Order: sequence, then structure tokens, then C-alpha cells
Amino acid sequence: MAQLTLPQNSKVRKGRHFPAEAGAGRTRRFKIYRYDPDSGDNPRTDTYELDLDRCGAMVLDALIKIKNEVDSTLTFRRSCREGICGSCAMNVDGTNTLACIKPIDEVKGEVRIYPLPHMPVVKDLVPDMADFYAQYASIEPWMKTDTPAPASQERLQAPEDREKLDGLYECILCACCSTSCPSYWWNGDRYLGPATLLQAYRWLADSRDEATGERLDELEDPFRLYRCHTIMNCTRTCPKHLNPAKAIAEIKKMMVARR
Amino acid sequence: MALQTPLAKVRHLGSAKEGVNHWWGQRLTAILLVPLSLWFVGSLWSIVVGGADRDALVDWLSGPVAAVLMLLFLGATFYHLKLGLQVVIEDYVHGRCKWALLILNALLCLVLGLAALYSVIVIAIGG
Repeated sequence: MAQLTLPQNSKVRKGRHFPAEAGAGRTRRFKIYRYDPDSGDNPRTDTYELDLDRCGAMVLDALIKIKNEVDSTLTFRRSCREGICGSCAMNVDGTNTLACIKPIDEVKGEVRIYPLPHMPVVKDLVPDMADFYAQYASIEPWMKTDTPAPASQERLQAPEDREKLDGLYECILCACCSTSCPSYWWNGDRYLGPATLLQAYRWLADSRDEATGERLDELEDPFRLYRCHTIMNCTRTCPKHLNPAKAIAEIKKMMVARR
Repeated sequence: MALQTPLAKVRHLGSAKEGVNHWWGQRLTAILLVPLSLWFVGSLWSIVVGGADRDALVDWLSGPVAAVLMLLFLGATFYHLKLGLQVVIEDYVHGRCKWALLILNALLCLVLGLAALYSVIVIAIGG
């Protein structure tokens, strides 16, 4: 049946306004998505005005300043504040990115901050990542071999084979790419998404792995792999400047090569 | 309330172990259709410019090269159409409706394709 109305709690209302402190110089408005599913209320966007002269340079600095000094109820994930943990992935100014490495200065005007698109919201800027992590686990992201490791040394890899992992091993699984992909929005329950597929290719491309065929068997599926329609949002949004779309294309080439 | 674990949900019914033929077929027909479409439009254009009447068109289509290329063009077009529409349906239609539309799409493209091929053969042989 076609659904003609939006599901409950879909409408985002205008929220509270927190003006800048007295005597603020360079003020900037931050419009932030707020939602608490437990309350039963609709989501809202709260507006905070901050003095940029008394705030760090990155969007995450502003969020931390708001939580510390203005509104302690604001909820978000953060940990490393240097772009390596992937916790603070969110939608800033319309693009998925890591708040900790996104300079406020790069945003023109009001800074709009929303959670990663099309994920269930736990609270405010915190999305439910359980299914995303399960997708990662489903590709069995560890080395699989039948040959035992040499007794006295590690498994060897030629430098040129190691180079094939460059651009893959740097992925921090922040989910910016997957949640920017329309195919993942419409079919995220069955399509693995760019982040998981890039990780899958990281093991397909590893010269030491002995399960390439089994891995391809598991991926060969109209939904798991072939929902990728080369929309390229993944590559455009990746805050680590990786290329998930190319990794997916390489998997598709491997599928043809083994026919 | 569903108490399935996230991993059980993601693994679901397992891999269908197909999709590569669909992907490869779509790419091959797309590449094939580039020159064939140019040839089709170009040929039609030159016939129309040269004073189009039914006899001129039938004469052209009765030639062995034109007839074979036309069969190839129509076959590739309807196969490509079927593959493309199938992806659109799989993308956007969920639930039981999906299977009805997928079957309808396959059937419709097959019937239209066969009708087109039959027409070319009739014209090429009988004029």
C-alpha cells in the first residue's frame, strides 16, 4: 500500500534559540538537529550563537563548547578529535563529514548540523550503527588462510602487493559514505553499502588471504553488491579522501574475471 | 518486537550467487547500442531526407545487412530495457508488488521484443 502521510515524528520543528554571550565579537549561528525518541516529541532544530573568537576552529570544538557552556543536553559522539576514530561523523552543511576535521570557516553563514542521513536516531546527533557494524562483521574482515603461518616469521608480502592495500586500509568506518548513498537509503537492509564493500575489497586485494573465491561467492548478489549504481556520493563525501566507488568497481571486475 | 540479532538480519537468506550475468549483459548491450543507435538514426535520416515513402523504407530493410543489424538493434534494445527496468523496480518497489512488477516487466519486454523482431523478418522476407 502506498503511504500518503509521513511516519510519526517526521516533521522537524523550530526549536529553542540561545543567543550569544554579551560582548561577543565574531558570532556564528549553529542550527542543530535535536531529537529524543523516548520523549515522543517531534524533532526540532535548536539555534546556538557562539563567539568564534572564544571557540576552537573545528565544528566539533563548537559542539563541545555548546555542551560545556550553553546546553549540556546536546548529545553527540566524539573521541579522538583528530579524524582517526570516526565517532563524530555527522552531516555538516549538507555533507557527511567528521566534525573534528571540518573547519567552521569552510561553512558559509549558518552552520547546519544533522545526524548521518537515513539512520535510526538514538538521540540528537547519535545514530544507531548496529546494522552498519553487523554488515561489516558479515564480510568476515580478518585474514583467512588454510596454509599455516611460517613457524619462525610472519606471513610475507611483496612491497608491490602491500601497495595494493593503500587507499583501503585507511578507512575508519565512520559511515559517511554509506549514509550518503541513495541506494543504501532505499535498500540498506540488503545492500552492504560502500564502507563495507571497500572493506570487503581490502581483503580481496590482500595477497596473503586464501579465501578470495569464498568472499566473492558471498558478495555475488543483486542486492549485497549490485545495488551500487555508481552514483559516486561515497567518494565525494569521504572525509579521508578514499575512493569506495573504485573499490566496488574492482570487485565487479573480479566477478567478471572469474567467469 | 524483533529479537533477531543484527548479524542474522544482515545475513538474511544468504547470497543469491547471481548478478554478474545481469551486470555484464547490461554493460555489453549498452556498448553495442552506441554504434547501432547511431547507425539506425543515420540510416533513417538519410532515407527521410532522400524523399521518404514506404517502398524506399521496405527496400532498405530488405537488404541483408540492414535486416541483420536491425534485428541486433531491436534485440539489444529490448534486452537492455528489461535489465534496466528490473533494476528500477528492485530499487524502489518493496513488498509483494515487486514480484508482480518484475514478472510483468520480463513478459512485456519479451512480447514487445518478439513483435519487433517478427515485424523486421516479415518485412525483410516478404516486403
